[in-house]
Amino acid sequence: MLRQTEGSQAVARTVAMCRPEVICAYPISPQTHIVETLSDLVRTGELAPCEFISVESEFAAMSVAIGASATGARAYTATASQGLLYMAEALFNAAGLGLPIVMTVANRAIGAPINIWNDHSDTMSQRDSGWIQLYAETNQEALDLHPQAFKLAEALSLPVMVCMDGFILTHAYERVDLPDQDQIDAFLPPYEPRQVLDPAEPVTIGAMVGPEAFSEVKYLAHAKQIQALDLIPEIAAEFAGMFGRDSGGLLRAYRADDAETIVVALGSVLGTIEDTVDELRDQGVKIGALAIKSFRPFPLEEVRAALAHAERVVVLEKALAVGIGGIVSANVRMALSGIQLHGYTVIAGLGGRPITTASLHTLFKEAIADELQPLTFLDMNWEIVQRELDRQRMDHRPGPHAENILRDIGIVAARSH
Amino acid sequence: MPYQQIKFYQAGSFVVGNRLLEPEERSVQAKMDRSNSLTSGHRACQGCGEALGARYALDAAMRATDNKVIAANATGCLEVFSTPFPESSWQLPWIHSLFGNAPAVSTGIAAALKVKGRTDIRVVGQGGDGGTVDIGFACLSGMFERNDDVLFICYDNEAYMNTGVQRSGATPPAARTATTKPVGKEPGNVFGQGKSAPLIAMAHEIPYVATATVSDLRDLEYKVERAMELRGARYLHIFVPCPLGWGSASNDTIRIARLVKETGLFPVFEAEHGEVVGVSKIRRQVPVEEYLRPQRRYAHLFKDPPRTDVIAHIQKRADRNIRRFGLLPDENDSADLPGHATDAAGGPGSPPHPDETSAAAILAESHEGAT
Repeated sequence: MLRQTEGSQAVARTVAMCRPEVICAYPISPQTHIVETLSDLVRTGELAPCEFISVESEFAAMSVAIGASATGARAYTATASQGLLYMAEALFNAAGLGLPIVMTVANRAIGAPINIWNDHSDTMSQRDSGWIQLYAETNQEALDLHPQAFKLAEALSLPVMVCMDGFILTHAYERVDLPDQDQIDAFLPPYEPRQVLDPAEPVTIGAMVGPEAFSEVKYLAHAKQIQALDLIPEIAAEFAGMFGRDSGGLLRAYRADDAETIVVALGSVLGTIEDTVDELRDQGVKIGALAIKSFRPFPLEEVRAALAHAERVVVLEKALAVGIGGIVSANVRMALSGIQLHGYTVIAGLGGRPITTASLHTLFKEAIADELQPLTFLDMNWEIVQRELDRQRMDHRPGPHAENILRDIGIVAARSH
Repeated sequence: MPYQQIKFYQAGSFVVGNRLLEPEERSVQAKMDRSNSLTSGHRACQGCGEALGARYALDAAMRATDNKVIAANATGCLEVFSTPFPESSWQLPWIHSLFGNAPAVSTGIAAALKVKGRTDIRVVGQGGDGGTVDIGFACLSGMFERNDDVLFICYDNEAYMNTGVQRSGATPPAARTATTKPVGKEPGNVFGQGKSAPLIAMAHEIPYVATATVSDLRDLEYKVERAMELRGARYLHIFVPCPLGWGSASNDTIRIARLVKETGLFPVFEAEHGEVVGVSKIRRQVPVEEYLRPQRRYAHLFKDPPRTDVIAHIQKRADRNIRRFGLLPDENDSADLPGHATDAAGGPGSPPHPDETSAAAILAESHEGAT
């Protein structure tokens, strides 16, 4: 059913059709509209049977999901940013216990300085938590990924994060094709856990494992994610067959077949990148794009196959690994090991800074001319950076740099760029 | 009279010989068909109060629910000594997730059971004092506040024993721990810190809050059974001596647990919906020295010269508890044990009951070393 609706509401309605039995949530922007809608659906009885639990923290949210999932319930939660970090310990635990929890992350920056706007710092920080991470490009894909995520999670006994850009997707009203309950029921059978907490068959879950078996346990977690590399495309194909549209999968290439330059990115920024690619193609530039949909597991072979023929690769990422630079680009380079090509890391869109076609146009031109620095910061205001660096040179106690820069700019809140 | 009232304090304890009781009144542990929820072979230290408390509490919960209990355990001694996988001492469905989330995991289990229509299965969360009053406290308060259908049991041995006896928010003043050593001007843990988790639990006005010690296992069993009669959030705080951490003899675990109650330092009571409904009266009040002296964690108080000022300060805390909870029996009191209203306890100054000789002997023994 075609609907003009908000991304969060579309996701919430689709999640509800997946018949989660326990939903636990702690509010954090920009995730709030998702759980507010789910709360409504539980209170009105539209989603039943389901327990909606307002917990006291994200750490508790993931812990409630762990308890519910271990007892055989389909469990769901959603979070963002600081909330994801606050549940970090429980994230590793859910993955280690092999619990098929599904969670939406409305991607948002990590403080300090506190910032509510979109980037990928939050989920990138948890890339090694053992969770599968799927990144949505559009609201349609964000909602489509949820039934796929439950199916994948339950097939592998692994938790899955569906990552959608905060505000850019969660708060955007656009047309989406909402599935019907019958379709979802046909696609996603009821959860049949392999092992549950049950007095009729007592099991001990979460016991200590020492050095004699820990490596093997960890390897098996890795092996399960590698299995997901086969399963993710299978589930996406099944979804396409049933719903008539492509969503999910490992990768999606755009005008990349004959491209000399390929831009790699995750999430909603692909739309802007593809518009820019189109502009440059019109000018005869052989450029294309590659969307990474599954960041964990990381499809090394598929990425290699998609990029091997290019002359240069520009990885545009919405997170910064302080002290080295790129996160996605490090993974891409692992996929390209042994292949000599020009590689550029571009850090863009941090804390919600808009990524415009104009900026990308200039950036890609520089890349094609191989004039780009290996590590480039898109639209950086070097003047205020330099001012603070100078201040630090002059004064051995220059004070907090975030506040200094705001003072230089003369505003105390973000503005549009 | 044609019948004789049974006294629950033979041999210096409150334990009555089971043979004197009707079968249905006997301890769960006296039954051949007890569940042995925490069965033998685990790695707890000799004299571990926590192992004893957990065994009694869970077996009582199992009996009260027709063996339909799921347990969620916080990280800690109880978790570690019971599950050196592939061995497990648990004969009930049991999950360990993290140190600080056992109350929330319990909530998740209860929610799953509710949605599946299996509310006949009950949930018990459990942890040590660190997992309960410190790192798990936010999750505990949230579980209380939502009135989730969970009994949470804290086995309080007053420090982080699993990591090597560091101070927790339940460590009492003056106690030596690895992070409150008896050095400096004020040796041991400082005064004016720490919290009463039972009182904070009561402030949530949850259906049931109770305290117990492993010296009175019948009272402990009763409180678990009472808790399982109720729905919603319930909290049981059990005082469990730790021979290793406290520097007490393994065979003194029960005696020390008894003395903490008899001094008034650990009030044993139960409360419903935020109001105290029952108090275990002190049978014969003893000075706090009797409790402190057998524990090496307080040894620095008894050096030459002894820290009589610190001991007096601790005594004041005991006296305050006694006033606050009305721990000394009145003339009219005929019962001191909730659920076992059979004890005609003597107040201070009243002569020892004839069948209390062993108790008197143990207490007299404790007096020998008093300053």
